[in-house]
Amino acid sequence: MMKEVIKVGMADLQFAGAPATLRTSGLGSCVGIIMYDETMQYGGMAHIMLPDSSAAREQKVNRAKYADTACSDLYSHLLAEGCPKYRLKAKMAGGAEMFQFSSGSSAARIGPRNVDAVKRALAELRVPVLFEDTGGNSGRTIEFAPADGSLEIRTVNKGVVKV
Amino acid sequence: MTGFPSVSEGQLDALREAGNIGAAHAATALSAMLGSRVDMSVPSVRIAGFEEVTGLFGEEEISCAVLLQLKGDVPGTMFFLLPLDEANELTSLLLGGAEVDLNQEPMPEMGASALNEAGNILSGSYLSALSDFTGLNLQPTPPAVACDMTMALLSYGLAEVSMYGDYALLIDTSISLKEKSDSLKGTFLLLPDPDGIQSLFEALGVSI
Repeated sequence: MMKEVIKVGMADLQFAGAPATLRTSGLGSCVGIIMYDETMQYGGMAHIMLPDSSAAREQKVNRAKYADTACSDLYSHLLAEGCPKYRLKAKMAGGAEMFQFSSGSSAARIGPRNVDAVKRALAELRVPVLFEDTGGNSGRTIEFAPADGSLEIRTVNKGVVKV
Repeated sequence: MTGFPSVSEGQLDALREAGNIGAAHAATALSAMLGSRVDMSVPSVRIAGFEEVTGLFGEEEISCAVLLQLKGDVPGTMFFLLPLDEANELTSLLLGGAEVDLNQEPMPEMGASALNEAGNILSGSYLSALSDFTGLNLQPTPPAVACDMTMALLSYGLAEVSMYGDYALLIDTSISLKEKSDSLKGTFLLLPDPDGIQSLFEALGVSI
């Protein structure tokens, strides 16, 4: 049987149980956040673009787009599915600076700001980050397997790393 | 302003004309640079969802992009984007035929610099034509070049606009080298921030 791969788009959030996997492509300054319960072999992945939902100027806020609201939704959904708080773990990847500007423009710092915001939100929820591959200046594609909590990270120049 | 602005067909037409003028000047600049005939496509202007923007060239396909951030009357982002093979070929032409592979970490300095400067000149001619046409003050920041997964590159230009919604106004034009049997095509993507969209419409006389 072919295993099902659930695609997580940009500013999107999805959940999956084993044997399905969760995959998001082309993370640049965006951050992929995974929160999961390895015992229940169930988890969620968000592809966030911005650090803080209070900066939103949308009519209807897409909660999967912001670090704070996405972490909070991952958390409350997993609890609602019956995952106990103490077993929730997180992994994260992304937050690169794709373009190196000669002038130190503040907007260019969006990647690191996203990473900081995700860490802050996870710390507030007391969900430990078991692994992170963040920063640098390479795009990343990630795939998470709830079955064993493993995360595959693919970059153009370094190939595939599994953690 | 709250939310992403709604845009009429008439306004899209006006932007198509603006994109046309910009790309025509960029085509002329490239033609002068390489001494070859350069063609341009009819611009495509539309409101596109993020998936559509990032999927334009395949999410994980490798592209090279020269990025300029726009300040002044129309804040936003401009990309000059080519698939890796074509970026290598264009860079090789600019360097007088030397073999080039830009997909290395770090990017080879000569190649990166040549492509960066070409992108800067082409985007600059596009923008100055647009500025003359609209009377708007368009100030690009110094360019930056990168080579990576297309979606990772383009998402950079979407971060700012994403505060307003999950859409972007996309002004998409390509120029191609005529003499190449296999096409060598570079695409300009202009992504104005929502505040910049209003200024553009006002300058074009099609504000709501």
